[in-house]
Amino acid sequence: MAETHSLQDMRQQAAVAAKVFIQRDYTNGTVCQFQTKFPSELETRIDKQQFEETVRTLNNLYAEAEKLGSQSYIEGCLACLTAYTVFLCMETHYEKVLKKIAKYIQEQNDKIYTPRGLLLTDPIERGLRVVEVTIFEDRSLTR
Amino acid sequence: MKNCEYQQIDPQALPIPTPTPPAQHNGSDKREEPRRARRKWEVFPGKNRFYCDGRIIVARQSGVLPLTLGLILVTSGLFFIFDCPFLVKHLTSCIPVIGGGLFVFVVITLLQTSFSDPGILPRATPDEAADIEKQIDNTGNTSYRPPPRTKEVLINQQVVKLKYCFTCKMFRPPRTSHCSLCDNCVERFDHHCPWVGNCVGKRNYRFFYTFIVSLSFLTAFIFGCVTTHLALRAQGGKGLVFALQESPGSAVELVICFFSVWSILGLSGFHTYLVASNLTTNEDIKGSWSGKSGEDVTNPYSHKNIFINCCTMLCGPMPPSLIDRRGFLPTDESVQTASTDIELSTLAAKNEINVVGGSSQLVYGLQESPSPVPAPPNSYQNSSSA
Repeated sequence: MAETHSLQDMRQQAAVAAKVFIQRDYTNGTVCQFQTKFPSELETRIDKQQFEETVRTLNNLYAEAEKLGSQSYIEGCLACLTAYTVFLCMETHYEKVLKKIAKYIQEQNDKIYTPRGLLLTDPIERGLRVVEVTIFEDRSLTR
Repeated sequence: MKNCEYQQIDPQALPIPTPTPPAQHNGSDKREEPRRARRKWEVFPGKNRFYCDGRIIVARQSGVLPLTLGLILVTSGLFFIFDCPFLVKHLTSCIPVIGGGLFVFVVITLLQTSFSDPGILPRATPDEAADIEKQIDNTGNTSYRPPPRTKEVLINQQVVKLKYCFTCKMFRPPRTSHCSLCDNCVERFDHHCPWVGNCVGKRNYRFFYTFIVSLSFLTAFIFGCVTTHLALRAQGGKGLVFALQESPGSAVELVICFFSVWSILGLSGFHTYLVASNLTTNEDIKGSWSGKSGEDVTNPYSHKNIFINCCTMLCGPMPPSLIDRRGFLPTDESVQTASTDIELSTLAAKNEINVVGGSSQLVYGLQESPSPVPAPPNSYQNSSSA
């Protein structure tokens, strides 16, 4: 809880300096992938490797969610046979991975981004369009 | 395309979040305040209607969904009343079982197609929209693109143009189209089906396909059973007229099934072809990948294997709904609330209140909008008013 408290404190004290949006990468089709290009606005705040690592892990997690493996086929066939009513009672594989992603982003924020005055927003809150990185003003925050 | 004049976003008018008293974590539960926490469906900008507190979503006009449902119920009802008793006696008792199973399947898939989110993309937040604007303005005009803004991307070695949606203020992802009836961008947009009263898109295509396939089986099955029934009754020189007089319901069923079985079978066949080649109705009609313009174009989304294409469409992972209808609106003075308030004013400006409960809810919403919202809402007047 201590980490979330400091996150809220930061939001209270700091004003938003800018927002950077990491757009989707469509080179492999409509699967959910984000561009790993390092935005120039973050150069002074965070290490390039670290940021790219975060985005790459997110991409891998989304690929896992949308993977066409045997598990998803079994789930799909079972759903089809029951006229898709299982979706009303069961949590789908995709939703389970989304929870994992939310936890990962929370973890990354607590460990890496908040201490540097940054905040990652879960892409699902932006309709899986962008990864929003909020840059807070660097006032009394220690680096 | 609707009347969409582009409105320049004024970065100065962007709402700046003011520091708040100990705010709750984003997306948490209701606050214990006299103000009722609202759910996101209540401020949804599209032309959809919501029921059961956001659980059910339909298009603004239900189209002919009541007719579709009525026809199915009436035909099946007549079948069970008039034909089944005779056929059970003279043939086999499997007939009502099979008929019943098909009927249940059809109704369930129809309701799922009509009442689920087809894959609506939520509109861009003001910050996102401003960011895209900036990029467009700063880029030197190196290509010969006319004002309708497009962006080209390379997908599996195929050039695909992404269009900018003026209503939703974002570049549409590939295969996404803006439905003017619902006023939403829908992912993997197939078509807006008036028979089910909803768009058919990424999330409900499999329900739709299952619906039309099972409906064609049901229609063919009823047609076959009714023909058999009448033929059996007319045996022994009694004649067809006698048979129809004895079972008038069968006549109605015969007419309905005869006229609908061809179109439904045709539709099922067409959609089976679409599923096997991983195409949408939209793409097929526009001829996006048929190489009409003479270029060597292939469908970049197809897996080049009929079996894999079918499995992907019908048994692939179920994508989540991106609009989070039942989530609570953050009630603190965050950018989200500001944008929601702006959307509320836009809703008022549109004069189309599609929230269940009508105007009373909107009045309530306007009365309780928090005062220190710095940005004048007018800068976000939605350009695509009906």
